[in-house]
Amino acid sequence: MRFILGFIGSVFAAILLFSMISNLATYAKNPPAPLAAEKFHREPKELALKSDGPFGKFDKAQLQRGFQVYSEVCSACHSLKLVSFRDLKGIGYNDAEIKKIASDWKTQVPSINPDTGEPAGRKALASDNFPAPFANDVAARAANNNALPPDLSLITKSREGGAAYVYSLLTGWANADTYRNEHGEKLPAEAKPGPNLHFNPYFANLNLAMPPPLTSEGQVTYADGTKPTVDQMAKDVSAFLVWTAEPNLENRHAAGLAVSIFLLVATILAYFAYRQIWYDAKRAVRVTGALDPVNQAKSKRAKAKQGVIG
Amino acid sequence: MSFSWARPYEPKNPVMRWIDERLPLPRLVYGAIGGGYPVPRNLNYFWNFGVLAGIFLTIQIVTGIVLAMHYFATTDGAFNSVNQLIMRDVNAGWLLRYAHMNGASFFFIVTYIHIFRGLYYGSYKAPRELVWMLGLVIYLLMMATAFMGYVLPWGQMSYWGAQVITGFFSAFPLIGEPLRVWLLGGYAPDQAALTRFFSLHYLLPFVIAGVVILHIWALHIPGSGNPTGVDVKTERDTLPFHPFYTAKDGWFAAFVLLTYAVVTYFAPDYLGHPDNYIPANPLATPAHIVPEWYFWPFYAILRSFTIDFILPAKLWGVLAMFGSILLLFFLPWLDKSPVRSGAYRPVFKRFFWLLVIDVLILGYVGGAPLNWWRTALGQLASAYYFVHFLVILPLVSAFETPEQLPTSISDSVLHGEEAEAAPAGQTKPRRGSVATAG
Repeated sequence: MRFILGFIGSVFAAILLFSMISNLATYAKNPPAPLAAEKFHREPKELALKSDGPFGKFDKAQLQRGFQVYSEVCSACHSLKLVSFRDLKGIGYNDAEIKKIASDWKTQVPSINPDTGEPAGRKALASDNFPAPFANDVAARAANNNALPPDLSLITKSREGGAAYVYSLLTGWANADTYRNEHGEKLPAEAKPGPNLHFNPYFANLNLAMPPPLTSEGQVTYADGTKPTVDQMAKDVSAFLVWTAEPNLENRHAAGLAVSIFLLVATILAYFAYRQIWYDAKRAVRVTGALDPVNQAKSKRAKAKQGVIG
Repeated sequence: MSFSWARPYEPKNPVMRWIDERLPLPRLVYGAIGGGYPVPRNLNYFWNFGVLAGIFLTIQIVTGIVLAMHYFATTDGAFNSVNQLIMRDVNAGWLLRYAHMNGASFFFIVTYIHIFRGLYYGSYKAPRELVWMLGLVIYLLMMATAFMGYVLPWGQMSYWGAQVITGFFSAFPLIGEPLRVWLLGGYAPDQAALTRFFSLHYLLPFVIAGVVILHIWALHIPGSGNPTGVDVKTERDTLPFHPFYTAKDGWFAAFVLLTYAVVTYFAPDYLGHPDNYIPANPLATPAHIVPEWYFWPFYAILRSFTIDFILPAKLWGVLAMFGSILLLFFLPWLDKSPVRSGAYRPVFKRFFWLLVIDVLILGYVGGAPLNWWRTALGQLASAYYFVHFLVILPLVSAFETPEQLPTSISDSVLHGEEAEAAPAGQTKPRRGSVATAG
């Protein structure tokens, strides 16, 4: 049986090694040229938010500003399906404010006419999720040159780079004709945006359907007096989208700290209990085991003393 | 207990005697984790991982049962039930879900260490072949359970992972495609697949628990192995499981749970893939589809077959991937060396560490996007994997000269202090000669 298995193993290995050699030979003959996307794609910029790190907490003023940017700019095309109005309590609004935000929301919630049963809309309630700007995906595509604006509820968790990626993308549009990468290279013609596409080096394949949404300072007017630069608005909305994706972040951090301290104390106590219990046994047994080189050396020395070879 | 050094149960408490005479449950507990299970006294920390795997199985079952109370197994509702209902609205739902997600990863981490412990110390050798094989059955069940669990949130990686993995079956000629359609209940993963995956994902953990009982039962016939691989000869070589190993397992479990808590609370998505936060979309294929990290080595083997040699490359890949696990069942007969422990096998030891590096390389290649050098590296590493188990191990076991084994467990650990050796509890503590490590 060992011969049969050895044979099978050799066959697998031989095929693999042959594949490897043929692959390497193909590569040596005509190495593939790097794609434009590899040469021009950029990693997200640095973005420091108060919610970062193991002890991070939300900056509620910033989240409210970000929510304002979402409601006045992003929500024209992007839904926030998993978030409900009542969740806004988490960023510091009170019940009355939430009720007003819901009933003033520009899109109505699909419903029926209570008298006729005909499809109709009604004003949103605090218990409703944010109504989507388009009735369905087909309508969304029809209004956006056949591109589907993604739902933003989980966007910072569903993209590599998270909030930093959202921030970089929102501030990353560039002119494809004059853009140069860090090596000073110009964009080749085939990588330039096609019709209805816009060049943005932070996007995976460089050209995306979304035109720059934040274009000028003062596009929104912040109630708290923060200067609404494009950079500031992009940061604020990114921070807000961290909250929409992970509204329990503060609870998680607080619970994590308590649980970790508890387990650390438990580990230390249990460790000393273990040492105590093993104390007698340890007098006779080196519990690190026979594999410890120190013990092996000792063992050899002890045997040599007794005249035992081995 | 069949080993001669097991201690029979003698109830001290009359209530226990009364119960034991009618239902020998106290006897079972005493023999399994009490003083009735004498364990070699020289176990190192690698022997803690079996208990840890049991702890993580329990965590998975408990969190999973509660999550199932809030989960909708429908293609329309699954994603939202996880990402809105459980993550936002259920009390501590986010904690349950993150604990379950990362619990799966930690279950695999401790299981992999447990398996490699077995490989190094020859735990698969006589008389523990069945312990090893039952362990592999548990591992296969774990893989199936984990795969189906990953499909349940019905995100992009869930969907495309299901598509790719069930696609393996279509590699087989003739029966492949009908088999795949039958297993999925359709031509692509859809409602039928999701419902049955949910059903099986709920069932299999209990099957695992059953096989775990068999695994432990089979272990308790010869008793635990030990780092020297030398059999227990007298009671002097052992310590009762309780309190010695309960104490050792106890503190180490607390320590591992601490690392688990740190990951769960502070980096819950670190081991996952961002694409699974995008709802499943059969019309948009992700840029690169990767399974969860614990499948990466096998995924690398699957992808390493790139040429059609007699059979299609895909079939070679599937056969090799299944073969890479199935061959482990033959290990007791591939490695015929009478010496169990790798510590006394100089040649085996070197190849063992080469295997560890090899599997890490396979894991890296399986998780990263393919390019020319990763493909080549993956092919080399896959080739070594098969050569290691099917060619090198039998040859090493035939030609290697092992080092001198200690005559007994006590001899290996006493270092010339035999005079002090006595069953635990009978020596008086003396300051100044406490062992260095713990």
